[in-house]
Amino acid sequence: MADHPIGKSFPRKEGRKKVTGQALYVDDVSFPEMLHGVTVRSPSPRGRIKNISFEGSIPWDEFTIVTAKDIPGANYVALILNDQPFLAADFVNHPEEPVVLLAHRDKYLVEEARRNVRIEIEEQPPIFTLEESLAKKEIVWGEDNVFKKFLVDKGNVDEVWASADLIVDGEYETGAQEQLYIENNGAIAIANATDGVTVWGSMQCPYYVHKALVKLFGLPEEKIRIIQTETGGGFGGKEEYPSLIAGHAALLAWKSGKPVKIIYDRAEDMVATTKRHPSRTRHKTAVTKDGKLLAMEIEFVIDGGAYCTLSPVVLSRGTIHAAGPYVCPNVRIHSRAVATNLPPQGAFRGFGAPQSIFALERQMDKVAHAVGLTPEEFRRRNFIHEGETTATSQVIRESVNMDHLLTRALQLSDYHAKREQFARDNAATNGRFSKKRGMGFATFMHGAGFTGSGEVFLQSVVSAEATAEGKVKILAASTEIGQGTNTIFSQIAAEALGLDFDSIEIVQPDTGRVPNSGPTVASRTSMVVGKLVESAVTGLKQTLLGSGLLPENYGQSEFKTACAEYVARFGSLKTSSTYQPPPNVHWDDEKYQGDAYGAYAWAVYVAEVSFDGLTYEAHVEDFVALQEVGRVLNPVLAAGQIEGGVAQAIGFTLFENVVWKDGRMANNQMTNYIIPTPADIPPIRVFFEENPYAYGPGGAKGIGELPMDGAAPAILNAIENATGISFNRIPLMPERLLEEVSCKS
Amino acid sequence: MIHKIHMNNSIIVEFTVNRKARRVEVFPMARLLDVLREKLQLTGTKEGCGEGECGACTVIINGQIVNSCLVPMAQVIGTEITTIEGVAGAGDLHAVQQAFIEHGGAQCGICTPGMVLAAVDLLKRNPTPTENDIRNGLAGNLCRCTGYMKIFESVVRACQK
Repeated sequence: MADHPIGKSFPRKEGRKKVTGQALYVDDVSFPEMLHGVTVRSPSPRGRIKNISFEGSIPWDEFTIVTAKDIPGANYVALILNDQPFLAADFVNHPEEPVVLLAHRDKYLVEEARRNVRIEIEEQPPIFTLEESLAKKEIVWGEDNVFKKFLVDKGNVDEVWASADLIVDGEYETGAQEQLYIENNGAIAIANATDGVTVWGSMQCPYYVHKALVKLFGLPEEKIRIIQTETGGGFGGKEEYPSLIAGHAALLAWKSGKPVKIIYDRAEDMVATTKRHPSRTRHKTAVTKDGKLLAMEIEFVIDGGAYCTLSPVVLSRGTIHAAGPYVCPNVRIHSRAVATNLPPQGAFRGFGAPQSIFALERQMDKVAHAVGLTPEEFRRRNFIHEGETTATSQVIRESVNMDHLLTRALQLSDYHAKREQFARDNAATNGRFSKKRGMGFATFMHGAGFTGSGEVFLQSVVSAEATAEGKVKILAASTEIGQGTNTIFSQIAAEALGLDFDSIEIVQPDTGRVPNSGPTVASRTSMVVGKLVESAVTGLKQTLLGSGLLPENYGQSEFKTACAEYVARFGSLKTSSTYQPPPNVHWDDEKYQGDAYGAYAWAVYVAEVSFDGLTYEAHVEDFVALQEVGRVLNPVLAAGQIEGGVAQAIGFTLFENVVWKDGRMANNQMTNYIIPTPADIPPIRVFFEENPYAYGPGGAKGIGELPMDGAAPAILNAIENATGISFNRIPLMPERLLEEVSCKS
Repeated sequence: MIHKIHMNNSIIVEFTVNRKARRVEVFPMARLLDVLREKLQLTGTKEGCGEGECGACTVIINGQIVNSCLVPMAQVIGTEITTIEGVAGAGDLHAVQQAFIEHGGAQCGICTPGMVLAAVDLLKRNPTPTENDIRNGLAGNLCRCTGYMKIFESVVRACQK
């Protein structure tokens, strides 16, 4: 038998292709006769389309031109509420709304043609902020601008306020954030009535695109085929958006009869595609004088932009995470996702949780201060333990030890000694322009997999197929987007079969070949789909054992012989596995109570910051990320997930400022929307506690989104420690630091 | 970014790419990036931003790393260019490429060709860089996946070979 592959840092399965430039991303693929497609977008944020004219000295007869009238099926992007059209027919709801599609052989000419399409709009007043939406300044969506609301109600907060020793209020805001995968969105389509529609593209979820195009073309499922090309980063930005660009390429291909490629340039990708939802959270917290939580009332609002996209699900995750890893007898969380005339917001790593956890972990420091306890001691008095219940009344059945995680994280970061030292140093250099330093932390959890009954509804399937050569192919729609799907699935399968890592092959996600293992989102690929990989290959092994062709004590060569013989006798050897929920998971979708997630990852992140009183820059000097994620399947990949997530979260906190002007992102360039560079990032020191989860493959839980959650509050808690000033909005740019420091000093 | 090209007069550009002589007929303002990708089918060089910010299109021209999205073809006449496809020599991997595979330097892989070339260039100029040298040497190349820690480690490991 081979060594146990789980727990070892196998090099990335497709690593060689990537470091040599051989990996083929969508823009690296071409077809003969291929046309280049572009999208003509609305010139205004809201209004009725009066006229479309094709102007200038453009040879328009050479162009394929598509408008809403050309759509063969239904003109909506099938997702949750089906409210977003592929192409606006008579009304536009945001300033980047697609109205016309053009295609031509010459990609330079098509770009010039785009600038010569004139769309006249009879304008109606738009709204651009969640405050305007809540105030119903204009009704821009449905009857009340509300895509979705949730109410989580545990105990009764109203009975607490009158008798509580202390009540602390707080308000917190987070800004939009661009996913900024380095590969822009893109798709290539071939489409005709005989063969149906085939799309190649950069994407996280081939079956989302499949579902959307079945409706768009009104074709049977088998006539739509979606193939994922190598994908240069997603982070949620390629969860739902690819349906739109794939549909556009396919409409142009359908009309022209030729292959059509649409690749966004950076400016278009940034201005037109989804971002992280801006948010506002209000907290009202009641505590006893010795620092026990009595009641938490939380109002959480996110700005969804012009169409619903995934806002209800983002809101759900943000809502459930809003009360954190604490035990409190009375919790009320009231949350809303509202509409504005910004381009639709969408999925981004963390999916609502980074927003609500930012608010919570700032509020926890505020309450600690108000009650006269250290941030550490206040949290220790309220941490959740095994057997206690969360805000949704989920009983925590796994062992969890937040106290230990906090102790270890504070040791690893030298928190206590540094906090004392910085207090002395900051006091000694009390000039206005001096440099001050501070320490802060956040304690949090992140649920893995779909919320509530989501995984049961999905009914994900993975197949495994053995070849006559003794190789095992894994067939799943779960995509490799940099996070390591190919490698992790290979390790899980090799472990379950007792084979070498190299005898496992991962089939390219292609809806014509692979079953629907669900979307590549929600920290579910390792934990949920990985478990299906494990059971599918176990099915192969059992079939071979049952057939008598494979001895109990087999090695690589016996396996190969058995596969060859089985395939010779029966034609093929393939097994599938369908999702089964862990036992005793109950969720009430009406009351929003019950087991929200099968498992949580638990974490404590500590930030050391400096604040420069001359330049008003805050800089992260050191970062410790300690987490319990079940069993670590591949230490290098796992650490890479945490480091990358923390870097994105540092960007979210201090660098990444989406500037809105009349509903458009004004700084839609890498020149003025700044993500952390190699020179900006502090040492990110990653540590794991391993506590195997009984229902994850090899004991693993989800990991991908967790690192996005904790950095922002840890950094702002540290800045408050350094400056004595409480900042409650991110991104915290030097301009805002200047503003608030000046008015408080 | 796609630019309109007004010049009707194309020029002949002779240059060397990955030790091979090349001759192309192009507009003088055509971007080197497009010529590499579309005329020479060297698609390992990637476009990330089209304005010289992200470094995904990094190539080495006459021994210097350059963002190929900012280089018009008129400027590459007679130059020697190395792209990711030519960094290793036939069949093998460069020590930097090997280290990126082993130590998690590549995730989604789209910044990787540019990042590898920037690291190769850095190690050529400075075979024993400090952590600060590595940060500064790679500062023109953006990665959204790794948080850079594993990239730094890969570079350190590559110089130990």
